[in-house]
Amino acid sequence: MEVQNLNLTLKVWRQKGPKEQGHFETYSLQNISPNSSFLEMMDVLNEQLINEGKEPVAFDHDCREGICGMCSMYINGEAHGPDDHVTTCQLHMRKFKDGDTITVEPWRSAGFPVIKDLIVDRSAFDKIMQAGGFVSVNTGGVPDGNAIPIPKPNADEAMDAASCIGCGACVATCKNGSAMLFVSAKVSQLALLPQGKVEAARRAKAMVAKMDELGFGNCTNTGACEAECPKGVSITNIARLNREFLCAKFAD
Amino acid sequence: MATLDSKIPEGHLFEKWSNYKAHQKLVNPANKRKLDVIVVGSGLAGASAAASLGELGFNVKCFCYQDSPRRAHSIAAQGGINAAKNYQNDGDSVYRLFYDTIKGGDYRAREANVYRLAEVSNNIIDQCVAQGVPFARDYGGLLANRSFGGAQVSRTFYAKGQTGQQLLLGAYSALSRQIGKGTVKMYTRTEMMDIVVVDGKCRGIVTRNLITGEIDAHFGHAVILATGGYGNVFFLSTNAMGSNGSAAWKAYKKGAYFANPCYVQIHPTCIPVHGEFQSKLTLMSESLRNDGRIWAPKKAEDAQAIREGKKKASDIPEEDRDFYLERRYPAFGNLVPRDVASRAAKERCDHGFGVENGGAVFLDFKYAIERLGKDVVEARYGNLFQMYEKITNDNPYETPMKIYPAIHYTMGGIWVDYELQTTIPGLFAAGEANFSDHGANRLGASALMQGLADGYFVIPYTVQNYLADELHTPRMDTNSGEFAKVKADVQAHIDELMNIKGTESVDSIHKRLGHIMWEHVGMGRTKEGLQEGIKQIQELRAEFWKNVRIPGSANELNVELEKANRVADFLELGELIARDALHRDESCGGHFREEYQTEEGEALRQDDKFAYVGAWEYKGKDVEPELHKEELKFEFVELKQRNYK
Repeated sequence: MEVQNLNLTLKVWRQKGPKEQGHFETYSLQNISPNSSFLEMMDVLNEQLINEGKEPVAFDHDCREGICGMCSMYINGEAHGPDDHVTTCQLHMRKFKDGDTITVEPWRSAGFPVIKDLIVDRSAFDKIMQAGGFVSVNTGGVPDGNAIPIPKPNADEAMDAASCIGCGACVATCKNGSAMLFVSAKVSQLALLPQGKVEAARRAKAMVAKMDELGFGNCTNTGACEAECPKGVSITNIARLNREFLCAKFAD
Repeated sequence: MATLDSKIPEGHLFEKWSNYKAHQKLVNPANKRKLDVIVVGSGLAGASAAASLGELGFNVKCFCYQDSPRRAHSIAAQGGINAAKNYQNDGDSVYRLFYDTIKGGDYRAREANVYRLAEVSNNIIDQCVAQGVPFARDYGGLLANRSFGGAQVSRTFYAKGQTGQQLLLGAYSALSRQIGKGTVKMYTRTEMMDIVVVDGKCRGIVTRNLITGEIDAHFGHAVILATGGYGNVFFLSTNAMGSNGSAAWKAYKKGAYFANPCYVQIHPTCIPVHGEFQSKLTLMSESLRNDGRIWAPKKAEDAQAIREGKKKASDIPEEDRDFYLERRYPAFGNLVPRDVASRAAKERCDHGFGVENGGAVFLDFKYAIERLGKDVVEARYGNLFQMYEKITNDNPYETPMKIYPAIHYTMGGIWVDYELQTTIPGLFAAGEANFSDHGANRLGASALMQGLADGYFVIPYTVQNYLADELHTPRMDTNSGEFAKVKADVQAHIDELMNIKGTESVDSIHKRLGHIMWEHVGMGRTKEGLQEGIKQIQELRAEFWKNVRIPGSANELNVELEKANRVADFLELGELIARDALHRDESCGGHFREEYQTEEGEALRQDDKFAYVGAWEYKGKDVEPELHKEELKFEFVELKQRNYK
């Protein structure tokens, strides 16, 4: 199968460090296979820069199969670029045309400060998890896995919520920089299961309080987060979080 | 020279672990917080060990190179986790899981370790359910199972095609809870650069902060390496881009023996290579072999027509399709172990029956869709099909997947005894980083099991047994003595790399290493090929140290420097893999020497000569390493030629 390779212009955000001023640099790239992934295209750019004696573009990535959540590029104004339900690493160059100009930026949000070039600091997500994103059980001394039957629809719904990869596309996309989709996915997953139900109220309050403390914005129900989520995590989880949160507050 | 004492407890196989636990030393609660434990790595083994040790009250420090512990590559495991629950009433038991694992590993694993693994497998499932891991369930609300290769029972628990993700997030949540409580201090974007050995015992590590470039030292009464496997020595593999062998390699160079490095698993069902800029390979879960049928065209001319785009898979009539696994292995069919399935695919492609560029066979769901309906297939494998389509632009509901073997997992690793302690006292290794449980070939859905078994249920016991004697060891000053010396060594190593200022990028050299490894140390190895491989690796290593180019400085976030550090180690580790493969004059599991095969092309072991663990001792730069042998005694299992027919 003969496929035409692409010649592209890239406008890439370069920023030396957290406190430095950033700017766009323009690069031209030739002969990119449409079967390459977006990150493989970035590899080619970096190889070119290194050969020219310049510093390559720093970007986060690891598994390159859409599950670790590390890659995080804002491409042509969209988190993870133009394809639906993919991370940047799964985006392939066949989604672009020969001669295209592609703009690549880091996640932009108060909660995710830039570290260098396209790399941002998402440790706020870990801090929210540490505040309550768990079931309080120690290793050992737990009942048999089949001791408590769980209706299949609940287990499936919990699994859908649990598929969040913590990439932060929801925050980067939200005009308010809200982390509600991320928080609600974990709160929902655990509230839907009997094992997590026990401390659902405490969890919802603790995670929301931490999210607010870390400077994430509020949810105004625009639904942009769901549209850009690479795993299709649903905003119905936000409704469930609000319910859990209100019930917890009323109980106080 | 350390002696290889595997420290297997006395007693019958069934009682060894109980006996161990009954007689081991413990540390009382008030003393635990006086003891520091370092855990390097935050995957299944690392996160579960750090969380469990934190829960017990030890003072834990955990390190990972990613921006969050949740990113570790365990997250990418798709298919499932084995346990001997026998929920399906299909004849499973702890013994059978043990037996399948020993047999699947081609009789090159230690019986006592494997039995313990099978024994604690059930606890893992209970633990994960309690943490809120959303395993798949049947309509009655009970846990569902599926089958994996090398077993005739359904013992694999799963969460869609994202089992690794869900188990890791369970361990990550347990770890997060301990971080919140302050029992574990987490260091992200931090790479371990070396271990620190004081008076013969491991006492800490030296790290590099990947954002600032700062070199630091950390003290620990014990250090646990849970740093994964070294598959990326082949450049193209299913591992994450950052997965590396450096922690294990640094430990090796400080005196930890490296066991069975030649046992590398090549997974049969990966998406084939598309071109020279390919950066990694993507696995398609082994669970697909439950319902997908693997075939190649029966006629070479059909294969050629498909390669040239003149025919499609659907143009090949039923009678001209060679379901070669079902043909060769009727008893296990498409569910033979990975090493067997990979070699069979290679055999077809080598004989001219491959499609794509000659390097692929078909994995076909037509039959499953006819039998079960598209909905059922979608419910089982939907996310995998979507992933395949995003990468290849082919719809696997309509046309068969194209697959080919790729480097996936390393059974070899740091030598450990029954307590998972290395030959350096105080240094432990868990998960894929150690060599212990999979012999020469790992069965599907057993990596997750081993990582969590080590972290939740073995390390918390055995490390405690070690720490009980360390109560009177005071915390050491990390700015002086051996700590300061190792820090200076690490700085010198980095300076040396930065000062090369050559002309070739790290990736370019890494790719060349990958080619040498795949060509000479890959699926089919020969004496001459391995010798040639060793020579080429040595030449490439010399070139690296003369000509690698690392832009930027060492005192900032510098991705090229990170890669150079890792590739420098791969260039040495690759040679050890080849050396180990060269010395092992037999075929077993993932190690296939062309000279040693049966008439039917199956792996031919030489039990009288090679029923041992080959553990290599570092003897210095450019000096040949020394081989030590741990004889494997099979008291409970009879050694047989593996038979999946």
